[in-house]
Amino acid sequence: MKTIRMSIIGFGAVGQGVAKVLIDKKDYLESIGLDFKVVAIADSRTAVVDLNGVDLTAAISRKSAEGTVGSEKTTGLEIIETIDHELVVETTPTNIVTGGAGLHNMLMAFKHGRDVVTSNKGPLAMKYGELMETSNASGSVFRFEATVGGAMPVLNLARDVLAGNKITNVEGIFNGTCNYILTRMMEEHAPYGQMLAEAQELGYAETDPTYDVEGIDTACKLVILANCVFGMNATHEDVTITGITKITPEALLLAQNDGYVIKLIGEVNDSRINVAPKLVPIDHPLAVGGSLNVASVQTDLSGPITVTGRGAGSIETASAILSDMISIYRE
Amino acid sequence: MRVSMDIELKDIPGQLLLALRPVSEFKGNLISVVHHHEKRTPRGTIPVQIVFETKPDNLNNIISSLEESDIGIARIDEKRYFEHGAVILIGHIVHTDIQDTIDTIDNTGYAEVVDLNLSMPKIKMPSSASLKIDAVSKEHLASAIELLKDIAKKKDLLVIEPIKSELGAV
Repeated sequence: MKTIRMSIIGFGAVGQGVAKVLIDKKDYLESIGLDFKVVAIADSRTAVVDLNGVDLTAAISRKSAEGTVGSEKTTGLEIIETIDHELVVETTPTNIVTGGAGLHNMLMAFKHGRDVVTSNKGPLAMKYGELMETSNASGSVFRFEATVGGAMPVLNLARDVLAGNKITNVEGIFNGTCNYILTRMMEEHAPYGQMLAEAQELGYAETDPTYDVEGIDTACKLVILANCVFGMNATHEDVTITGITKITPEALLLAQNDGYVIKLIGEVNDSRINVAPKLVPIDHPLAVGGSLNVASVQTDLSGPITVTGRGAGSIETASAILSDMISIYRE
Repeated sequence: MRVSMDIELKDIPGQLLLALRPVSEFKGNLISVVHHHEKRTPRGTIPVQIVFETKPDNLNNIISSLEESDIGIARIDEKRYFEHGAVILIGHIVHTDIQDTIDTIDNTGYAEVVDLNLSMPKIKMPSSASLKIDAVSKEHLASAIELLKDIAKKKDLLVIEPIKSELGAV
C-alpha cells in the first residue's frame, strides 16, 4: 500500500466533494494500492491539521454546522509551507484578475516539491507559463483536468489518450450555465432575462452572472486548452469573446426553423481562440441540451472525437480531481 | 462555379482527350466524365457528359476552345452557387439599412443573399433575422460571412454563424 499524505486547500463545494469522494472510494483506492491520507484541510478562515489523518466525516459535518472546518488559525499557504506532505489539492475560488490565493498556494507547493491537483482555473488562465516552469523545475507533478469542463475528460483525452495524434482544433460548450439558459429560452420561447432568473433560482447561475454569460468562464477554459494542448502561452486577453446576453427568443426560433440550435461555442486552434454564440445543426454531436458540456477534439489520425459530460457540480468536479490523483500515483 | 456539359464526339481515336484538354488548359477542375460509347446520337456522334469546376471568367474560353476543335456542345448547365450557408442577425437590422447589408453581399459577385426571414417583436426592441447565403465555393461562403461580420460590426449587429465543422472552411 502506498500512502500519500495530502492537504485540501479550499473547503467549499469542490473541496468537500473531494473529501466525500475519498470517503466513498476508500475501499476501491485501497484495492489499487493507494491510501490518500489527508493531513490538513484549510478554508478561508480556519484549518484542521492531523498528521495521523484528519477525520473527513467530522470535517464535513463541522463545515456544514459551523461554517468553518477547524479551530486552527493556520492559513492554507502556511500548511503548504510547513507541513510535510506530498500532494496539495487546491480548490480555492477562482480569481481571473490576479490568480488569487490559488496562485500563491500552487507556487508555494512547487517550491517545496509537492504535487498539485487543482480545479482552480484562475492561476492557469493567468500564469500558465510560470506555473509550468516552476513545477518542472521542482520536479512536481501538476494536474488540472477539473479546470476544463468538470467531469468531462477533455485535457487528459487530448494529452494522454490521443497521444500521437495531432490535435488541429477543439470546439465545444464549456459553460453549463449558458447552455442551460439557451436551452430553456428555446423551449419556452422566453427572453434571456427571464431564463437567467430561473437559472439563478435553481442555483445554476450566480447572483452576478457576468463571468458565465459574458463568456469569460469559457474563455479561461479555452486559454488552459490552448496552453496545455496547443503549447501556446496565451492569457485570457488573447481570446475574442462574445457572450449570450443579446440572444433573443426570436433568433432561437428562426435558427430552429432552419434546423439549428444556438450554443455558446468555444473554439481553439493554433491560429485563434474564440468564444461566440454559433449555429449548431440540431443533429450534430455538439447540440447537447440542459447544463451539459461537450467538446469535439479534431485530430489528424482519428477525425473528430467528441466527449460530453457534466461540466460542474461538486462531486463531478471531485471525480476529475480524483482521476488526476490516481493517475499520478498509480504504478 | 460548377458546370455540367453534354458534348458530342466523333467516333474516331483521340476525341475524348481533345475535349478534356481545354478544361485543364483553362484551370478547370474535372469532377466527372461519363462516356456513353454504346449510345449514338441521331448524328452518329457519341454523347459524353462532363462536369467540372471553373472560374466564371474561364468558361467562355473553354467553350471557344471546344468549338475550335469542332466538338459539338449540346447543353451547358451552369450551377454558379452550390454552397449554402445560414446566419442569424440580431439587432436593429431594419433601421441600419437591411438593403445595404444585402447589397454588399450580392455585389461581391461570388455570393448572394437568397432568403431573409425577419422577426420584429416590438418597436425599439432588437429584431432577429435569418439570412441564407449561397456562394460559389466553401471558401467564398466563408469570405461572405466574414464580410457580413465586418458590416455588422459597423452597424452594431450580432452575427451568429455556423460552427466551423458545418461551414467546412477555415
